[in-house]
Amino acid sequence: MQESRRSLDTFLSPEERERLRQQPLWKIRLHLFARSLRTNWRLFAENRIGLIGLAIILFFALLAIAHPILMKYVWDPNVYDPVVGYAYEETMQPAPPSPRHLLGTDPLGRDVLSQLMFSARSEFILGLVAALITVTIGTTIGALSAYFGGVLDTFFMRLADIIIMLPFVTILIVLSALFKLDLPKLALVIGILSGFGGTTIIIKSQALTIKVRAYIEAARVAGGSHAHIILRHIIPNLMPLSFLYMMFTVTSAIFSEAALSFFGLLNIRMSWGLMIHTAQTAGYLLNTKTWWLIVPAGLSITLLCAAFYLVGRALDEVINPRLRKR
Amino acid sequence: MRRYILRRLIQIVITFFIFITLAYFLLEAQPGDYGQIFLSNPKLTQAQRDALKAMFGLDRPPHERYFRYMSSLLRGNLGISFSNYPRQVIDIIKDRAPRTLFLFLTATVVSFTIGFFTGKILAWKRGKSLEYVVTVGGVTLYTVFTPWFGLMILWIFAATLKLFPIGKFITPTLWRGAPIEATVLFQRMLLTALIALVILFLWLLAALRLNPDRRRPVQWLGVLVVLAGLAAYWIPTGLTRYILDILHHLVLPVFTLTCISFAGTMLLTRNSMLETLREDYIMAARAKGLPEKAIRDKHAARNAMLPVVTSFVFSLAFAIDGGVITETIFSWPGMGLTLLEAALTQDIPMVMGGLVFTGTLALLAHLIADILYAYLDPRIRYG
Repeated sequence: MQESRRSLDTFLSPEERERLRQQPLWKIRLHLFARSLRTNWRLFAENRIGLIGLAIILFFALLAIAHPILMKYVWDPNVYDPVVGYAYEETMQPAPPSPRHLLGTDPLGRDVLSQLMFSARSEFILGLVAALITVTIGTTIGALSAYFGGVLDTFFMRLADIIIMLPFVTILIVLSALFKLDLPKLALVIGILSGFGGTTIIIKSQALTIKVRAYIEAARVAGGSHAHIILRHIIPNLMPLSFLYMMFTVTSAIFSEAALSFFGLLNIRMSWGLMIHTAQTAGYLLNTKTWWLIVPAGLSITLLCAAFYLVGRALDEVINPRLRKR
Repeated sequence: MRRYILRRLIQIVITFFIFITLAYFLLEAQPGDYGQIFLSNPKLTQAQRDALKAMFGLDRPPHERYFRYMSSLLRGNLGISFSNYPRQVIDIIKDRAPRTLFLFLTATVVSFTIGFFTGKILAWKRGKSLEYVVTVGGVTLYTVFTPWFGLMILWIFAATLKLFPIGKFITPTLWRGAPIEATVLFQRMLLTALIALVILFLWLLAALRLNPDRRRPVQWLGVLVVLAGLAAYWIPTGLTRYILDILHHLVLPVFTLTCISFAGTMLLTRNSMLETLREDYIMAARAKGLPEKAIRDKHAARNAMLPVVTSFVFSLAFAIDGGVITETIFSWPGMGLTLLEAALTQDIPMVMGGLVFTGTLALLAHLIADILYAYLDPRIRYG
């Protein structure tokens, strides 16, 4: 941490420097962290596209949070439950949008808006869990194989080569034929597949450039163990890139889940893909008059996937200085 | 160059074996085994049960099963499909693979071309409002929920405007009493289309050596000649209306698949162009006073193409996935639809056949992209 103190010194006047020296280390770290956050936010906010993405994500997050509250205080669970509710006051199912049911009801008499909001939460959980698994695996394997090289490196890179070559959804279709997939298992499979796949390659190439920096050499000379160097020096520097690839994993996880549940291959209670699947099996697929069965769900999947992707791209411009504006 | 290709070929073969092995382990790892749907029938006697087990090879130890599986796979025997009972899996693949290949090839070629050109222009117009509109539109198409997008296309063009048929491969009423089977005709179509594409590619490559001012008309002439050649081959056979019927069914799937996959190439080209535009040789070209178009097309775009082709390999898998989904929406009876139906009916041999097919397709596409890359970038060839 001597390093960070010194770099801070160059920006400050002598009095300020003296005052800073009195402060505990964690305060300085927090200060540095906040400052880098501010700079990065400014870079991120320069890009309107990223802000649009962030706004969409926040919108869906609000929907997801609002659902349990509405269910508890406003909506009658017998009517509005996303899975077992029944809109008994409607004479015809599916009923068109009305003040009571803002997006109508589905062929089984369930409120579409409630289903939409309920599913938003599970999409978020699925996406984030899959992304966390991916990033954990990708960062660990990437750092290890860049640091140690040799057989370990060759093995994981060849494995990654095979995985990126294979079509993702197709593999998941095959897996769902062989195993019973539910949401946690799906998150695990997506996380593992993309963790050992493309993400590892990119993170490893980044780790290779970090490995040859002077401070790694310095840490080694100072007697740092392998574990210390990897955990304290390499992995923290990989974090920005890992965070970026989390975004892309979220997109692919949500997309895969939606596709699989649209095909009816997943063992889940409710999701956006399943809503379209229900409309399909009930025979409302190409009926323009019952648009509310398909459009809201399809649009939600598209928007949320696009939002995470856009945020990922905007972050890419923050992390990769070569893409910034001239 | 030859050594490079040879090396890649050997690597691909090894990868193929690893892939098959992984696929086999997947099959072994499933709870129960693939004979379970038959063996769990309570009406079977013990003798029948044993006979079934022996037929599936389930009475052997796992490593022996593995070698049996591998050797029969190499002989082209993928077993018998459960849901199309007496038919061999390989037989079904032979029937349906050309349809998938055609869809995949057309969409890939078209989307790569469109993506590269729009990406090039997008990077050039950086910061204009056009960039935002096209980027947001492209990303939306790239991340659009494919089944939903396909349905929307069907809604608009097939159900409402009635311009195109709603899915399927042919119009059955038209084909009643047709002199040729649809599958056979389609294979011939695929063959002629491939030959035409190769001729066109060579022509365009030859045209690149010409003076840029005279290049355009020669390129268009090439397109016309190839189209005329195709017409001259097909019109005398009297099968034109059947061909047009198949093509009519093909328009919407190809359109959908192109829409969802061109944006990937476009965004990559844009990023790659932006990096290239900072190079010194671009500044040098500007200083020389070259026209903007020449800088963009000859100096920047050509160098920007390299990373795009590399990442194109990634998008191949994406295109195959998109193909599977598109086929399902448009009930285009290719391998994707077959795979999905097999997965839904627990037809394990067919599922494995589909997996082997997609794996092989992905590997071959990978190999072709690699060779193309070596051709484009001399640094790879001698490396």
